[in-house]
Amino acid sequence: MDKVGLEKHTSKQFDIELEDIREQVLNMGGLVEQQIADAVRALTEGDGALGEEVARADYKVNRMEVDVDEHITRILARRHPQAGDLRLVMAITKTITDLERIGDEAEKVGRMAANLASKEKPSSVFRQIETLGRHVRQMVRDALDAFARMDPSAAVHVAQADREVDREFEGVMRQCITYMMEDPRTIRQHIDLVWAVKALERIGDHATNIGEYIVYFVEGKDVRHISIEDMERELREGSSVDRG
Amino acid sequence: MQSRNLNMDSDLKPMPDVDTDPAATPDHVTEPKISVKDLCVWYGDKQALHDVNLDVEENEVTALIGPSGCGKSTFLRCINRMNDLVPGVRISGSITLDDQDIYAPKVDVVELRSHIGMVFQKPNPFPKSIYDNIAYAPKILGLAQKRVEMDELVENSLKRAGLWGEVKDRLSSPGLSLSGGQQQRLCIARAIAGSPSVVLMDEPCSALDPVATATIEELIDELKENYTIVIVTHNLQQAARVAGYTAFFHLGKIVEYNDTDTLFTNPAMKKTEDYITGRYG
Repeated sequence: MDKVGLEKHTSKQFDIELEDIREQVLNMGGLVEQQIADAVRALTEGDGALGEEVARADYKVNRMEVDVDEHITRILARRHPQAGDLRLVMAITKTITDLERIGDEAEKVGRMAANLASKEKPSSVFRQIETLGRHVRQMVRDALDAFARMDPSAAVHVAQADREVDREFEGVMRQCITYMMEDPRTIRQHIDLVWAVKALERIGDHATNIGEYIVYFVEGKDVRHISIEDMERELREGSSVDRG
Repeated sequence: MQSRNLNMDSDLKPMPDVDTDPAATPDHVTEPKISVKDLCVWYGDKQALHDVNLDVEENEVTALIGPSGCGKSTFLRCINRMNDLVPGVRISGSITLDDQDIYAPKVDVVELRSHIGMVFQKPNPFPKSIYDNIAYAPKILGLAQKRVEMDELVENSLKRAGLWGEVKDRLSSPGLSLSGGQQQRLCIARAIAGSPSVVLMDEPCSALDPVATATIEELIDELKENYTIVIVTHNLQQAARVAGYTAFFHLGKIVEYNDTDTLFTNPAMKKTEDYITGRYG
């Protein structure tokens, strides 16, 4: 917040509007984070009711996305944000899209948890899924913390964590394939499991995207679709902006 | 008394805190139409411009923005030597138009202004007919010998200013009988009737409604095909809409000069950011 402040517009009302919208995003993030936690717990503990509850609650995330979108449309129409304000508004519109998709992925995990609740599960895979779930949830939390603090360096940590998550995903996939080969009668439930695990992996990608939007807002640099090393270099070189 | 010192070698020393930040100049301006070097302007004891350096690219729209009193209009008026008329003005540094020093002693100011048209904040047609408003400068400059040539010149100027269709049946009506937006387009037609290569505009839309403003902005976009345009505007959105390059002035200095896209999305200087996001002051 030191670099690109959200305060001190001549129009105090504009400050209030931007602060409101930031708060809405963080609330939406909090809800999404809870959805991930519940979905993973439902899956690993075989709690079908909780899984259904997660799937049902996704409408709340969707409604928040629509609310923030409306808010942003009003700001664009009335305030014509420029420079840092414009980048903030752009970053927020993209962030809420990713948060909404994270909500959808959590919903998928919840549904799979409900499907799988009554079936027998190989415990070793579930331990790995629990770890994967914890990691992606942490990534979302870190991305949201970075958003709250407007800290672009945290974006690199989130991107690095995503590499780890991708490796864990591959590990779970290998195990599922092994179980399916060993006992073809479990293919049905393992396919459900693969769907759920893939959904968790996608959550990691969305969290990484949010980190990239923060870099765009703070530094004015677009670091999408580049390697972590390039991203680090961009951040090391710092912003070309003389913030006085 | 008016006193001018137009030589680079003058004893007027440049201010020590001249802005030399490389970010203050867009790197892709090539072969500038107008090149301003170390321009300083004083009104009596008060220095209005401090070592301004700026290259204006040909056939582009360059917007000058900044708070009131920042020197942007002073700068604009220096380009066609209108400040010469201000009592007590002193000017140092150089301005070249197509590599010719416009402040060189041999320069004929009337001739210079035939190359540089100007449009002001309030539409100011002459109290003459629409036709005569346009024909006035070409007549003085001897641009049309015969009536038919003049008719053609008037028609072309009005067409270029997007006004022909609205006034072709009443060319003998007084220019002042037109609406505000039409009067401003008449002034633009008048400014381009003398075949200038540069058109200076000092807040040309500030007295116009949004529709007339949109018409003028559309016109500016078309005019840049044939003219180099420098526009002073308080309307940041207007600068963002019409200009290819934008310079931000503050306290008589250029804080930042960049292509408009960069200046309005990712300005290099905090002062620029504060001004365009409404955090200034």
